[in-house]
Amino acid sequence: MTVLTFTLIMILGAFLAGFIGSLSGLGGGIIIIPLLTVVLGVDIHYAIGAALVSVIATSSGSAAAYVKEGITNMRLGIFLEIATTIGAVGGALLSAIAPTSFIAVLFGLTLIFSAINSLRKKEEHIVLESSPLAKKLHLQGTYPTHDGQVVHYGTKNVIGGFSMMGLAGMMSGLLGIGSGAFKVIAMDNIMRIPFKVSTTTSNFMMGVTAMASSVIYIQKGYIEPGICMPVVIGVLFGAMAGAKILVRTNPKKLRIFFACLIFVLAVNMIYNGLNGKI
Amino acid sequence: MEKSKTMTQEKFGEKDFQTIIGNLLRYGVWISLSVAFIGGIVYLMHHGSDIEDYSVFKENDRNIFEVFANVYNGVIHGSGESIIFFGVILLFLTPVFRVLLSLFSFLLEKDYLYVTITAIVIGIIILSISFGFSH
Repeated sequence: MTVLTFTLIMILGAFLAGFIGSLSGLGGGIIIIPLLTVVLGVDIHYAIGAALVSVIATSSGSAAAYVKEGITNMRLGIFLEIATTIGAVGGALLSAIAPTSFIAVLFGLTLIFSAINSLRKKEEHIVLESSPLAKKLHLQGTYPTHDGQVVHYGTKNVIGGFSMMGLAGMMSGLLGIGSGAFKVIAMDNIMRIPFKVSTTTSNFMMGVTAMASSVIYIQKGYIEPGICMPVVIGVLFGAMAGAKILVRTNPKKLRIFFACLIFVLAVNMIYNGLNGKI
Repeated sequence: MEKSKTMTQEKFGEKDFQTIIGNLLRYGVWISLSVAFIGGIVYLMHHGSDIEDYSVFKENDRNIFEVFANVYNGVIHGSGESIIFFGVILLFLTPVFRVLLSLFSFLLEKDYLYVTITAIVIGIIILSISFGFSH
């Protein structure tokens, strides 16, 4: 394949990945990796590098809007970034020494987990009382609703959430993904933070988390310009197109469809990983 | 009277920083992508008909400063790959600026607990640079 053909296919594929990623709520990075490795035969390390670059682009792009609206809890985000950056550095170092087949299988499992998680029903729960440690760290906050009201919320189980965030960071550094699913579990299920705040804060944190592993990726040569350019541009525009459609449609049926699609990709990746084909 | 004045000032400060951080993230992404796009065009003009081979990973062990120096030289000589890489580096720097800006914002608010927390995050990022080539 010539570089030109490859680039055009990549832009199209990355656009699709960004589109599906934003409709399914999984993020574009997690879908671009199986596309690059399984479909186009690119080495998984380059795929991880390109995915990480696209994660930074999409998360910074969407975080911009949420931060301005005042939904993001910046204190919470920065505090938890301690955990995610340590995890990310560990994960990135691990990815350089771990066997490729191990990374492929782990990635497949993460993909299945994220797909199932995206189908889970999300209930809004707001706790008002914060735990003592959360109070000490000023992790409680407020966010505005559509009708101009201000919702106050408290935060629980800081240590549990912090540990889960460390794991999320490690997966991010190891696999080049935003690991939004892990982050939302840490904030939603463990720290009891409202869904709206946890998703936007998770997005806010992704850039810095990815940055911590990107230095190692650059030094190890994961960042291949010829792959990164089409991937980033495709994923970003795909995500923007997806977000536009998301406002107009109810994505529930789409989500089930994409979850099935992702499941097939994941099984494919695990199979190839076990056979040493990746 | 004086108390209420400082309170509104503080509130204004926080909102202000939200806007600045929001803008920084947005323009950071667009500027870096434009650079990468230009690099991509240049790269395709010179290498569009080459045969790609990304199936085998070539591990590097380059110091980050060496990478920067290479990219700088490449950009000067109009290498498409280096221009893309420069765009990617700009993209990576966007969240770094965001952290530095938060540090500044907490300093202004005299929230020393969060000044420390932000400094720890910056410290980890700096450490990651040295981890990268200590193998």
